[in-house]
Amino acid sequence: MTTSTSSQSLWQRVTAPLSSGPAAYGFLALYVLACSVLLLTNPRTELSTDIVFVLFMLSMLVAYRSRVAGWFKVVLGVVALGVVLPYFGTLNPFYIDVATQAGIFTALALGLNVVVGFAGLLDLGYVAFFAVGAYAWGIFSTPQISEINPAWGPVDPVMFYPFLIIGLILGLITGVLLGLPVLRLRGDYLAIVTLGFGEVIRVVANNLDRPINITNGSQGIRAIERPPLIIVDQIRNLGIVADDNRLYQLFFYYLVLIIVLLTVIVVARLKHSRIGRAWEAIREDEVAAVAQGIPRVRMKLMAFAIGASFAGVMGVVFASKQLFINPPTFDLLRSINILAMVILGGMGSIPGAMLGAIIVTMLDLQILPRIAAVLREAQAAGAPIPRQFDPTQYQRLLFGLLLVVMMIFRPEGLWPDERRREEQHEVEIADEELEADKAAK
Amino acid sequence: MALLEATNITKIFGGLVAVNDVTFTVEPGSIVSVIGPNGAGKTTFFNVLTGIYKPDKGRVVFAGQDITGWRSDQIAALGMRRTFQNIRLFGNMTVLENVLIGMHVHLHASIWSIIFRGRTMVREEAKARNKALELLSFVGIADKRDELAKNLPYGDQRRLEIARAMAGDPKIILLDEPTAGMNPHETAEATQLIRRLRDERGITVILIEHDMRLVMSISERISVLDYGSKIAEGDVQAIRTNPRVIEAYLGKGAAGQAA
Ligand SMILES: Nc1ncnc2c1ncn2[C@@H]1O[C@H](COP(=O)(O)OP(=O)(O)OP(=O)(O)O)[C@@H](O)[C@H]1O
Ligand SMILES: [Mg+2]
Repeated sequence: MTTSTSSQSLWQRVTAPLSSGPAAYGFLALYVLACSVLLLTNPRTELSTDIVFVLFMLSMLVAYRSRVAGWFKVVLGVVALGVVLPYFGTLNPFYIDVATQAGIFTALALGLNVVVGFAGLLDLGYVAFFAVGAYAWGIFSTPQISEINPAWGPVDPVMFYPFLIIGLILGLITGVLLGLPVLRLRGDYLAIVTLGFGEVIRVVANNLDRPINITNGSQGIRAIERPPLIIVDQIRNLGIVADDNRLYQLFFYYLVLIIVLLTVIVVARLKHSRIGRAWEAIREDEVAAVAQGIPRVRMKLMAFAIGASFAGVMGVVFASKQLFINPPTFDLLRSINILAMVILGGMGSIPGAMLGAIIVTMLDLQILPRIAAVLREAQAAGAPIPRQFDPTQYQRLLFGLLLVVMMIFRPEGLWPDERRREEQHEVEIADEELEADKAAK
Repeated sequence: MALLEATNITKIFGGLVAVNDVTFTVEPGSIVSVIGPNGAGKTTFFNVLTGIYKPDKGRVVFAGQDITGWRSDQIAALGMRRTFQNIRLFGNMTVLENVLIGMHVHLHASIWSIIFRGRTMVREEAKARNKALELLSFVGIADKRDELAKNLPYGDQRRLEIARAMAGDPKIILLDEPTAGMNPHETAEATQLIRRLRDERGITVILIEHDMRLVMSISERISVLDYGSKIAEGDVQAIRTNPRVIEAYLGKGAAGQAA
């Protein structure tokens, strides 16, 4: 007993009793409750709320990781993400928007994780597939379609739902079309070609306003339709008064939540199937994988197309939620950002990709701007910061530094692939058995 | 009819003729060896047979099909599997998963069945697991099924590579120096295993080996390569006494003394 505890780190000694057994239930419930109370009683927009908000999101991953019954996790998830967060969103709409954005990028990171993490294909142009989905809905739901052929008019907004599937198929097709010629390339070459492809899509979007105006060029597409809210009357009947914008925020939040959920399930099942195993084998040793009868190009193409299809769906959602898209929305930086999420979280790890997406989105939308604003106030108040230095200009620098520090100290990512964790678990379980043996004597 | 027929195989790297006009036939159900000094072209010959390299000249016919120029995965799917001289396991996957990878061509669950956890998929996976476990006990490492392949001791890695090759229900397995680096005890066990491959599973075996005791005790036929060319072929007795073989191994002049 003493030997086993002394070999554990302090961190393990503190967290071990909280990650399993009855204490874990209490701890998790308390954790979520505390965050919820703090959030709901203080719905302002400031740094402290940011931090509580991050802790709140983190509670979901902690719950995911704890060894408590599945139903308990589901209950916690439904309460926290299905009730508390949206309710908080009605108090402070800024945060629900952040959560939705984080959800969109979670799905994208999960999709890219299939390509980069599972199959080991470095794709630097992933945002192109996102753009394809976004432009599809953008063009077909607005009068932009009449620019292509005056006889055509915008589709009914309710077509949004079938367009989610169309977005998926478009992503899939684009993925296959790009993948076919390039997946024979290896490593660096593939990265360069995909990088080029991402840029090509953006440039095409920028220039396809002549001779036929398809994308409306650099002007972008405005007033993109949102789907009709079906149950809005029932909600109003309940006595909840909210304007359309609020309702749409909630709608997109739930929609994204559902899509993320489905994405996680699909990705997790693929990972633990013959297909996921084949990807992993190719990633580890291509020659050995092929010698087992695994068709290299076909499996890679599959990873590429599946990853692309997630981006296609989210593109449709994104366009409809943002109401406006233009080519710079889909620039290289965005591809890099999604890649950063995957790497930050831990390549090939599903919870890792989710964590990475949440952290990067929060940093991008909230924490870095907030830090900059705080610095700026301090500067105005006379803190010793040179006046030439504008903190808001240095957000990206800070982000870059963070990534560098991360890669130095934790190159495997914040939440590396489960395999390591399983190993860890086996050790823990063996420990428990040993202790049970001792207790029996 | 021969199971494998390689005719006039030549493979050239730049100016180096690694395999030179080699003709080689394997009857079903036999254990044959390919021997020769270092750099003789044995591994290169395996690489040509398994489709890793395309031959510059010559033809390979396997199980009645002309497989010359086929992709490696197609050849593997047709029933030719191999192990590697420098062990190529999937180190970060478990022992069991390594064997499951070997079964890839026999698993057919569609992507829909996987996403919706269809009955076919669940049943297929369960069957595959059972079969993998059976293969692991055949080679004697079933108790290590959940360990990462890279953490296995060397001898067990060799066994795992054989189990993985067996997983594809091959007609033939090509073993590239399966006992390299083993102690005499492990070598004896490996010899036993190779014999059982053929006797119990009916798998034809081609063996590259430097351990002459093993080669002589197990092979029904032996082919000898030297500088890329086949210099001799025959049963154990014929090879043992062949002057050109002795010369290739022991150097010029040795043949006279040995005879
Ligand atoms: N990919 C390659 N490119 C260039 N030369 C190669 C390549 N593969 C092998 N060779 C050369 O071909 C010759 C035969 O090599 P091979 O590996 O087939 O020999 P081997 O008989 O397997 O030797 P060993 O007993 O040492 O394994 C060697 O001279 C080697 O250097
Ligand atoms: Mg060799």
